[in-house]
Amino acid sequence: MQPSIEKLNATRQFRMTQQIPLLPPDQKQSLLEGFHPDYKKGTMRELLLGPNKGDKTPHELANLFEAYTATDPSLADLKCPDYDVDVLVIGGGGAGVSAALVAQAAGANVLLVTKLRVADANTTMAQGGIQAADKPNDSPAIHYLDVLGGGGYKNKPDLARALTYDAPAIIAWLEEMGVLFDKNADGAMLTIHGGGTSRKRMHTCRDYTGLEIMRCLKDEMLNCRVPVIEYNAATELLLDADGKCAGAVLLDLENNRVRVVRAKTTILATGGCGRLHVQGFPTSNHYGATADGLVLAYRAGAKLAFIDTIQYHPTGVAFPTQIVGQLITEKVRSVGAQLTNVEGNRFIYELETRDCTASAIIRECQERNLGVKTPTGDFGVWLDTPLIELLKGPGTIQKQLPAMYRQFINFGIDMTKEPILTYPTQHYQNGGILIDDKGETTVKGLYVAGEAAGGIHGRNRLMGNSLLDILVFGRRAGVAASESARQSAKSAAKLSLDHAKKYNTLAKELGFPKERKAPILLPDYRPEPYKGHFTFFECG
Amino acid sequence: MEKKKTTCSPRPSDERLEPGKVTIYLMGKAYQVPASLTIMRAMEETGYQFVRGAGCRGGFCGACATVFRTADTYKLKVGLACQTVIQDGMYLAQLPFYPANKATYDLAGFGVQRSGTGARPPDPQSLGPVLVQLYPEVMRCISCNSCTKICPQDIKVMDYVNAAIRGDIAKCSDLSFNCVACGLCATRCPAEISQYHVGMLARRLHGAYILKRAPHTKQMTADIAAGRFDAELDTLAKASTDDLKARYAKREMEK
Repeated sequence: MQPSIEKLNATRQFRMTQQIPLLPPDQKQSLLEGFHPDYKKGTMRELLLGPNKGDKTPHELANLFEAYTATDPSLADLKCPDYDVDVLVIGGGGAGVSAALVAQAAGANVLLVTKLRVADANTTMAQGGIQAADKPNDSPAIHYLDVLGGGGYKNKPDLARALTYDAPAIIAWLEEMGVLFDKNADGAMLTIHGGGTSRKRMHTCRDYTGLEIMRCLKDEMLNCRVPVIEYNAATELLLDADGKCAGAVLLDLENNRVRVVRAKTTILATGGCGRLHVQGFPTSNHYGATADGLVLAYRAGAKLAFIDTIQYHPTGVAFPTQIVGQLITEKVRSVGAQLTNVEGNRFIYELETRDCTASAIIRECQERNLGVKTPTGDFGVWLDTPLIELLKGPGTIQKQLPAMYRQFINFGIDMTKEPILTYPTQHYQNGGILIDDKGETTVKGLYVAGEAAGGIHGRNRLMGNSLLDILVFGRRAGVAASESARQSAKSAAKLSLDHAKKYNTLAKELGFPKERKAPILLPDYRPEPYKGHFTFFECG
Repeated sequence: MEKKKTTCSPRPSDERLEPGKVTIYLMGKAYQVPASLTIMRAMEETGYQFVRGAGCRGGFCGACATVFRTADTYKLKVGLACQTVIQDGMYLAQLPFYPANKATYDLAGFGVQRSGTGARPPDPQSLGPVLVQLYPEVMRCISCNSCTKICPQDIKVMDYVNAAIRGDIAKCSDLSFNCVACGLCATRCPAEISQYHVGMLARRLHGAYILKRAPHTKQMTADIAAGRFDAELDTLAKASTDDLKARYAKREMEK
C-alpha cells in the first residue's frame, strides 16, 4: 500500500484545484446500471406470496417473507392480554422515541417496546448530519427537488413534501430539546453540503449528530416517564375482527416468554435490514437491523414499496479488517476529502448521490482494476483525509470528525497524516412499508415511521434525510396514532392471529424449507456447530 | 470420521497455542481464538450469542463496555468490545448495564422565568447550580481521577465533574460531548457519582439555554407556517418527471 500512498501524495497538489463536474443524467444512469449492486443479475427474486407477490426483492429479504412464523401463533394467549394500551410503539430508535413522546404528550396511554435497549439503533450511528432548508437562500421546494432527483424521481410526492415541509420545525424542536448543533456565536447554523444537495443545509453536531439527537430524545423520554420494556421483540402483529391492527405478540429475549399487547393503534419503528448482509456486503448498521417490522407488517397484509433497492454507502471501512464495513461518514467528503484510485487519481466528483459514488468505486476496483489491494486481498480506494487539514486548517479533523479520528487511531492509523481505505458497505433500506403522509399503512391502525417506512426516498436516499425522516414521520405517526386511538373508545373485542396461521399454511403449500423462520431478530455470527441454534425460539 | 476440533470449545489453560491463535479468558474460562479478532467477534467465535452486551457494533452506543486484565499486570483496563482487539492472556468480563442514578427533570421548566415557548431565562448562567441541585453527589468527588483513567473515549471525566461543581455548564457540556454512556466511569467512582448522566444534563442545558437559537430557523419555520411555500410545493408535487428533471438540471449550486 505504501507505493500507492506515495502516488497519492504526489497528486495532491494538482487535485487541490482539480474540478470534476457532476455527471450528466445519461452517464449517471449507465454507471448505475453497470455497477450498482441493485442491478446485478441473479441477486433478486420475485415474491411468491403476500401483498407484493410478483415484486422483486433481494434473496436475503425474500427468505424472510417466504418463511414460517418465528413463534407458534397458538402459543399466545389472546384472551387475556398482558398489556392494554392506547398506542403501542415497537422500536426504540429515533422514530419510535419521537413517536412515543408526541403520542404521550397528546394524552395517549403509550407503551414502547424494543428488542435491544432504547437507542440501540442506526440513529445513534448516524454521523454526518440532518438536512433542513432553514436558511434564507434555501426553501422546502429546493430541498424537495434535491430529494426527488436523488430518489430517481420515484419518491411518493406527498411523503417527500411532508419531509421537506416539516424539516425546519424539526430543527427548532431539537434546539428546544437542547441538541448541540454546530453554530456561530450568533446562533446561525454552520451548515455544509452532502451528496446531491444544491444548498448547504446539512446541520451537524461534530460527527456525532445521530448520537447527540438520540441521547436527547432518550433523556426526554425518561424524564417524561414513557413506559418502556426493553429486550422484548415483536414477533407478530395482532389484528381485530375487522382486520385492523390491534397490538402485537412479544418475545422476551431474556426468558423466552411470549407476551400479548392489546393496543388501539400500533406504530412500527423497527428500522432496516443491514444485518441481512445483502449480496454478502458488510454493513454499517447496528446489531438488530434484521427487517423484523417488514416481515410483521407484510404478514398482516401491509403493502411494501421499493423493496428492490438497497443503499450501499460509498465509504465503508475497507481496512483495518476488524472494522470492515463500519461507516466513514459522508461528512469526511463534505469537508474536503477526495477519493482516489491506486494511482492517486480521482475518478468521480465526491458529492454525487450515494448510489452513483458507490457505483463508481465498484467500477474502479472491478472493471478498471485500479483498486488498492488490502493486506487481506480485498480491494478499496483511498479517501485522502490529510487533504482536509490542508484545505480547512490543521486540527479540523479532530474538531469536526472526532469519532472518525478515534475509530482509526484505535488501530494505529492517523487519518490526519495518512489516507484511509474505503469500499461500499450496506447502509440503508431505501424502501419499506408503504405509508401515507400521516404514517399510516394499508392496514388500518398500523403506522410506520423511520427506516421501516417506504416511499419517502424513492430509489435512493440523500445523506441527512434519514435523521430527518425518522423525526418527521415519527412525530406525524405519533400524532395520527394517538388521535385515532382517542376516537376509538373501545379496544378490540377479539384479538386474532389467523393471518399468521394462514401464512404458515400457505408457506407449507408453497414448500418453503421448514427451518426458514422469520423474523430472525438477531444475526448469528457464531461458527459451526453453534450457528443456527438460537438461544431463543426453542423454548417457545 | 474424526471429529474436527473447533476453536469454540473451552481449553485447559495450559494447552499449547495453535499458530495464529491467542488464549483469552471469558469470565475465567480459557478459549483459543484467532489473534486478530475484536473482543466481540472473539466471544462469538466461542459460541456466545449476544443479547445484552452488543448494540451498534460501531463504537457509538456504549452497550459493550468490557473490563479486562492481561496476565503481566494487576492493572485493570477497559474497552468497547466492538472496537478492541484481543490480546494473548486477556481476562475479560462485560458490564452490559450499571444501575447508576439518573435524575428526572423538566428541561423546559428550567426556563420558568420565560415568557413564552422558546424563550429563556434572562441570565442563562444562573442555571449553573442546577447541576449540583439535581446531582448533589458530584460534591463528593475526591479528585481521584479514576473516571478519567478508565474512560474508553478518553474523555477528561473528572474535569467535567469539576466543571459541574463550579456550575460551568458550557465547559461540562463541551468536555463530555464524546460520551457514549457506557457507564464505566460510574463503576469506578468511589463517590458513586453517575458522571455520564451529569454530562447529559449539562449538554441539554447548554443546547437549550446557553447557545443562541438559530434566527434563520425561527424565520423559516414561521414562513412555512404562514403558507409561503405551499403553492410552490403543490406545483412540484404535481409536476411530471420530465418537468422535474428539467428543473433538477437547472439547479443553482451553492458554492
